[in-house]
Amino acid sequence: METTFAPLPALAGGILIGLSAVLLLFATGRIAGISGIVGGLMKPATNDIGWRVAFVVGLIAGPWIVSALTGHAPTITMTSSTGVLVAAGVLVGYGTRLGGGCTSGHGVCGLARLSPRSLAATGVFLAAAMATVFVSRHLIGG
Amino acid sequence: MRTVLAALIAGILFGVGLTVSQMVNPSKVWNFLDIFGSWDPSLAFVLAGATGTAAIGFHLVRRRAAPLFAPEFQIPTTRAIEPRLLCGAAIFGIGWGLAGLCPGPALADLAIGPGDIGFFVAAMLAGMVAFRVQTG
Repeated sequence: METTFAPLPALAGGILIGLSAVLLLFATGRIAGISGIVGGLMKPATNDIGWRVAFVVGLIAGPWIVSALTGHAPTITMTSSTGVLVAAGVLVGYGTRLGGGCTSGHGVCGLARLSPRSLAATGVFLAAAMATVFVSRHLIGG
Repeated sequence: MRTVLAALIAGILFGVGLTVSQMVNPSKVWNFLDIFGSWDPSLAFVLAGATGTAAIGFHLVRRRAAPLFAPEFQIPTTRAIEPRLLCGAAIFGIGWGLAGLCPGPALADLAIGPGDIGFFVAAMLAGMVAFRVQTG
């Protein structure tokens, strides 16, 4: 499905994501990596659950708040079959924990810190994702 | 309590940012990854805005000895680029490319997206649990 290139909303939304990461580090000393925040809930330490749950609740509430305030829901077009969604979900969950981060932890926060590990991880997951899309859309999907 | 409130506000900001940038839409992400097809470079602008803002903000925040509501900063100190890092990134990338969903947008879509998103999120949590069980 075609989408329209929209650099200004992209940049504005990106700045908000950056501000979120800065606020979290400033207030709690934590890195805003979504897979790390959620993954940390799998081995809960006694006083380490509250902020993680709160962040995830906010993340889920944010888009809902925008829809409520603006009066129209954001466009979400998802064409994947249930099987693909499940397979992709397992790979994303396992892979982000093994690799220690996802698009936010490595991609945004890691690059902002000029971390060589995050630069390497981001290069690998971007390349793997692009290759997967190429194979599934152009070689198999046609 | 203050850390919980700050994390809630940060989470809301993150979710609003994903919505404003349209990254809650897997098709936008997919088209960014599809360089040889219907390429939509928007995601690069999201990453630039987020990384630029975070770079400046982190620099200012790190001038402090400690965060506002916690005794110390918890920032990764590992330096080595080991096989585990690269394998994990590759596995994640394949999953990301298959559905156009990474953890942030997937969770952000739970309240506003189609019901199908639940399958992805449940599978993602299962993948995280599997890793946890495997590593003990």
